[in-house]
Amino acid sequence: MTDLSTRSPASGASAKIALFGVLGAIGLVALGVAIYVLWWLFTQTDWFLNVVIYAIEAVVLLVCLLVIIAFLLLADRKIWAAVQLRRGPNVVGPFGLFQSFADLLKFVFKEPIIPAGANKGVFLLAPLVTCMLALSAWAVIPVAWGWVISDINVGILYVFAISSLGVYGVIMGGWASNSKYPFLSALRAAAQMVSYEVSIGFVIITALLCVGSLNLTDIVLFQEKYGLATTLGVPWLTFLNWFWLPLLPMLVIFFVSALAETNRPPFDLSEAESELVAGFMVEYSSTPYLLFMLGEYVAIVTMCSLTTILFFGGWSSPLGFAPFIWVPGVIWFLLKVCFVFFMFAMVKAFVPRYRYDQLMRLGWKVFLPISLGYVAIVAFVLQVTGWGGLN
Amino acid sequence: MAGGLLDEYLPLAVFIGISLVIGLALLIAPFLVAYQNPDPEKLSAYECGFNAFDDARMKFDVRFYLVAILFIIFDLEVAFLFPWAVAFRDIGWLGFSSMMIFLGVLTVGFIYEWRKGALEWD
Repeated sequence: MTDLSTRSPASGASAKIALFGVLGAIGLVALGVAIYVLWWLFTQTDWFLNVVIYAIEAVVLLVCLLVIIAFLLLADRKIWAAVQLRRGPNVVGPFGLFQSFADLLKFVFKEPIIPAGANKGVFLLAPLVTCMLALSAWAVIPVAWGWVISDINVGILYVFAISSLGVYGVIMGGWASNSKYPFLSALRAAAQMVSYEVSIGFVIITALLCVGSLNLTDIVLFQEKYGLATTLGVPWLTFLNWFWLPLLPMLVIFFVSALAETNRPPFDLSEAESELVAGFMVEYSSTPYLLFMLGEYVAIVTMCSLTTILFFGGWSSPLGFAPFIWVPGVIWFLLKVCFVFFMFAMVKAFVPRYRYDQLMRLGWKVFLPISLGYVAIVAFVLQVTGWGGLN
Repeated sequence: MAGGLLDEYLPLAVFIGISLVIGLALLIAPFLVAYQNPDPEKLSAYECGFNAFDDARMKFDVRFYLVAILFIIFDLEVAFLFPWAVAFRDIGWLGFSSMMIFLGVLTVGFIYEWRKGALEWD
């Protein structure tokens, strides 16, 4: 034991003092630099004001997102409990509504443990990377017409890239823990996430072929204006315009791949309790653990909103006449995201866990050929008929 | 203001910065407020009732490596498809058929992998 942990309480205390000293010094330097930069920026008011406005927008979106996720997390547990005829969390607040906030407080006041054999820097960097990447995908997601932080013209490519980078957090966490269970789990999780990344990519391509733009706002606008209902001459049946109908096989593949991509049950092989304890999070406690869980749930909600945008028409109302078009777009978007999340939660409650070889077979031998073939079919149909394309 | 195309990327950078700050705040909070009393047992690696024999970074199955290689091939393929899908309407039958030939070549490779058993996990 002693060879693995050389840290006695006394050296721990002095290390802590040293750590505080270093942090303090860095903080002072950072403060100085920040004040200088702020002063310099005030001389460039136009640009600086923009940055402040963007920052306020970002904080508002992130706070809303995190509060919604707190309640979705509770909903997830409640749905799971209801399926198993349990009550679920019901103590903190009315119907247990404040459970997630109580959990947050509990995590913050728990003792953070860094194993003696771990690579401390990477060990702490991993949850930070996971959480930061998961959150930053939300910069390009339009929650209503024009309600988007950054309407870049390669929006979906950015989301795709960010969700690919999510593997790094898992791999870093599993490797830095220097423990067998996290290590095995990280390998599994990485292989699983990259396998399903490929079919997600092909699914996105089919939607892109129909729209002809990488911008997420354009994808939604296209589904509002064109599609089956418009072709049939009944444009007020907007829900028939959405891609879920013509691209139904792709919707199924996307939904299942999203489950696998976010390590949700039935594909939670990387944290299979019966074999790997808690997977790559075994050695984590306190907020580093919380950051992993938060990152996971943010990624799930990102996937729900991507499903909404790609297949369920984003913020557009399902029926294009009076009482429905009065409802603000953000409400429709939220309702649709909640609906997809409800399906995520039901799958978790209903479906038994896959075996790893079945998982890889499904990803490589079923989804990959089907989605590849569908890309070719969609491209051919669009080429022959000249359908699709914004403008 | 700088060039029009890059204007949209400033809010993106600010957003990533803010999410980094939120993550950092959560990460640092327990180190400042939580009670800490580490002991060797608590700091040892998780194992089934014994001390870890050696470093946990051991040899692992080569199939994980194989999956990574396959992933790179197919993800690059997807990366090629993105610009093709956007420009689909402008490149006509020539663009369509060249991409189909490219996909066909990759499919031949995929069938070869399949028949060779690179996708088997037993």
